[in-house]
Amino acid sequence: MRRLPLYALGWLVATAILIPVVYAIFGGFRDTGQIGSSPFALPDPWVFTNYTEILASGTFWRQVWNSVLIAAVSTLLTVPLAALAAFVFARFAFRGRELLYTVFTLGLLFPVAVAILPVFIMVRNLGLLDNPLGVALPQAAFGLPMTIIILRPFFASFPNELQDAAAIDGCGPFRFFWRILLPLSRPVLATVSVLAVVGSWNAFLLPLVILTAADTWTLPLGVTNYSTQYTADTARILAFTTLSMVPALVLYAFAERHLVRGLTGSAIKG
Amino acid sequence: MPPRRDSSPLPAPAGPVVDPPGHVVLPAPARRLSRRARARRRWTTIALFVAPALVLYLLLVVAPVVQAIYYSGFRWSGLGSLDDFVGLDNFKRAFSDDVFLGALKHNAIIVALSLFVQLPFALGLALLLNARVRGRALLRVLFFAPFVLSEVVTGVIWTLMLQPGGLADAVSPVDRQWLADPGIVLYTLFVVISWKYFGFHMILYLAGLQQIPRELEEAALIDGATHRQVFRHVTLPLLGPTIRISSFLSIIGAIQLFDLVWVMTGGGPVNASNTMAVYMIDWSFQRFQFGYASAVAVIMLVISLAIALFYQRFVLKRDLDGALTTMGAR
Repeated sequence: MRRLPLYALGWLVATAILIPVVYAIFGGFRDTGQIGSSPFALPDPWVFTNYTEILASGTFWRQVWNSVLIAAVSTLLTVPLAALAAFVFARFAFRGRELLYTVFTLGLLFPVAVAILPVFIMVRNLGLLDNPLGVALPQAAFGLPMTIIILRPFFASFPNELQDAAAIDGCGPFRFFWRILLPLSRPVLATVSVLAVVGSWNAFLLPLVILTAADTWTLPLGVTNYSTQYTADTARILAFTTLSMVPALVLYAFAERHLVRGLTGSAIKG
Repeated sequence: MPPRRDSSPLPAPAGPVVDPPGHVVLPAPARRLSRRARARRRWTTIALFVAPALVLYLLLVVAPVVQAIYYSGFRWSGLGSLDDFVGLDNFKRAFSDDVFLGALKHNAIIVALSLFVQLPFALGLALLLNARVRGRALLRVLFFAPFVLSEVVTGVIWTLMLQPGGLADAVSPVDRQWLADPGIVLYTLFVVISWKYFGFHMILYLAGLQQIPRELEEAALIDGATHRQVFRHVTLPLLGPTIRISSFLSIIGAIQLFDLVWVMTGGGPVNASNTMAVYMIDWSFQRFQFGYASAVAVIMLVISLAIALFYQRFVLKRDLDGALTTMGAR
């Protein structure tokens, strides 16, 4: 009984979390007139054209493809490179190790915003404006610090005996890394991959300055553009926004535990 | 930090070694290598493993940051040569521009609100979910969900809900210009920021709380401490490392705030919700004063670094190693 107010508070907050999401999903099934006359009501009648028109348009799928491509390239760069570096930081003792590691961790303080102007100029000089690589490469570079910070303690937690035994069997550092360490690290690799994908999928500033041609846009750029293009048509914007957040929510549904474990270093009970 | 062994090759076994595929591998010549050759080989290995990440990182993170510092000394449109060196003028200009100072103040307000409102709120909910409340797994998944939504999606949905005659007005007892009233807009944005990020901090706290052995709190209760005293003198100190990390991430995030503001207000109305990052992008990609915008970027960098150093020196020290992942528990 004593818990009742707390309990109520919990569900109140849950409702507050859900309202915007539900509002967007159902708003997409209404028309703007319905939304205007009563913001809270259920669709009446249900309108499917908002969603079907977007799903039938090449623009939306083009943006999905661009987002997928950039997320894939940047994740496939960040995770392997960070794994190699984290391996050395975790399992080799050498002079300057902590200094080098600190240089990487400082990257957490360099937001894309601080470096965006030179990055833009560099990408322009490389001729990669309006090119997925122009976003994916910097994205990957900025993803390294977080990934290395998560991987290092995990790699360091394997007992030295494991590496000794492998070495006695003639297994050099690279083979140990490839054949033994990586297979044993699948869970944490899944975690950092999910983080990298989510980070890339949601990125806004970098694509905003690098991708100016409409056919190279990623979903976040598409959403902002759509919302200025159809300013008056709330229902259409909600439908487009809903569709663009579906992949993130699906990924979340499958990978919530991985995300939590990666960010906190432990599984959460309950 | 536990001592880590290096991986200098151990003496190879005497006889030929059979590799799984079946071909015979001669014993590695490592045994006969001189000390120096072995050291060289070890350094080669280290270099080969670190080099790819390091090159990418130096090229696209460190170099641009250094370049930004360089650009900040020039008047420059972003095209053409850098020849109009103005020294520290860009910085003087920023600190005498009321709009920039306003943006700085707005960042500071968001930092303060995050630390003193959002984080305690997150901690409260973490305590709630740490108690054996029914449905807590579901609540946790719900609270954390907005973290995976982009700030753009968050911003667009909230903008529509907050528009005049929208959902917010239907719920709220008073009609307000949530995003158009300069006196309110910053607080409106803070609510949206909290909506998106409190779940993340709550998850950090929850993980921290679960590392605290229940026996400690139970022992204190048996010794006659009240729940409030247990929280104040047992739980909170043990949660220290987690709170420090979470505060740090929150501060750094608030200083860098961009996407949400750009999407929802563009810094307006009349700069009432401007932040340093928005100000910088405005002066670079819309007004093409890349030198001046670089100076603003450098100011953001210096503030972040100063806070990081302060943290490193006074607060974080022992928490930094594996900070995010172990919460200083190791």
